[in-house]
Amino acid sequence: MPYQLNGTVVEHDEEGYIQELDKWSKELAELIAEDEKIEMTDEHWEVVNFLRDYYEEYQIAPAVRVLIKAIKKSMGKDKGNNKYLYTLFPYGPAKQACKIAGLPKPTGCV
Amino acid sequence: MSADAQVPESDDRKKFLYVNRRAPYGTIYALESLEVVLIGAAFDQDVSIAFFDDGVYQILKNQDTSGIGMKNFSPTYRALGDYEVTKLYVEKESLDERGLSPDDLMEITYEDEDDDWEEKPSIRVVERAKLSEIMAEQDVILSF
Amino acid sequence: MLHTVNKSPFEKTTFESCLNHARPGDAVLLIEDGIYAAMKGTAMADRIAGMNGELSLYALGPDLAARGVDEGALLEGISVVDYGGFVDLVAEHDVTQTWL
Repeated sequence: MPYQLNGTVVEHDEEGYIQELDKWSKELAELIAEDEKIEMTDEHWEVVNFLRDYYEEYQIAPAVRVLIKAIKKSMGKDKGNNKYLYTLFPYGPAKQACKIAGLPKPTGCV
Repeated sequence: MSADAQVPESDDRKKFLYVNRRAPYGTIYALESLEVVLIGAAFDQDVSIAFFDDGVYQILKNQDTSGIGMKNFSPTYRALGDYEVTKLYVEKESLDERGLSPDDLMEITYEDEDDDWEEKPSIRVVERAKLSEIMAEQDVILSF
Repeated sequence: MLHTVNKSPFEKTTFESCLNHARPGDAVLLIEDGIYAAMKGTAMADRIAGMNGELSLYALGPDLAARGVDEGALLEGISVVDYGGFVDLVAEHDVTQTWL
């Protein structure tokens, strides 16, 4: 089932990643998060926004270890670690957060 | 002096070189190569990339694909440092033959974990003979 | 090091680039359309002669046969190998660079 938001339809692939990146909005992010059983808090948004900025700059969604290192550098080690990010996104920070951020599946996730 | 001298010999990491000899948008090779590098980076090997012949065109500055309906993947080369790919060898002769100088290339840097995260250039312009020597030192060479 | 080249030297610069980067003692195996570089009397002949025996040059027999290139039409110093010989060459060298 495509995501349905205020009467518009946004297609996604079999894993829930949206196909057209410019269809993303904060409201859509909330909707995808709901599907992922995640309630978006400021901490979640901080990671999602970080990913969107990373994508804007480098045109890729980073692999999880790359994400952790980059967050550690910009937000400190209290947030740039596995435990913190998996607490926010239990099924994988890169995968779940990227999906919510409207990005493709991370490059280099094995 | 060069970072490749710092790789410990004792571990079982192998030296992988990705060879890029093609221009970026006319064929899929350059993008495929970049994706393989990013995926392969998960395996913690000693990775280098060589750009020569038309491969040097992959890392030219100021690429703008908005008019050709293709994704501009050139910014992704600047993420290689995050993936711990920090040795990008560019052949001087290939630049010369194409009327290019190192200033025509994108600025690609990495932060050296062993040196207080100092930002250092990833691009090393080398002469042909040096590049041949680098290729001879590899365990695995992957051509694109 | 073993180099393999599979492009005609008259269509692509692959073979030229291989020669520019190969080091003395390396082996070069010409396969597929690469075998045209091994023929006598071409614009590449002098370039290959200029290597002065620094490289060992091979051509893959089945690719010659498929293209109607007789062994007698090859330059001096080119050794013809079959698939088994190809495997032997790969095994004899630490690393193979596949020029595409």
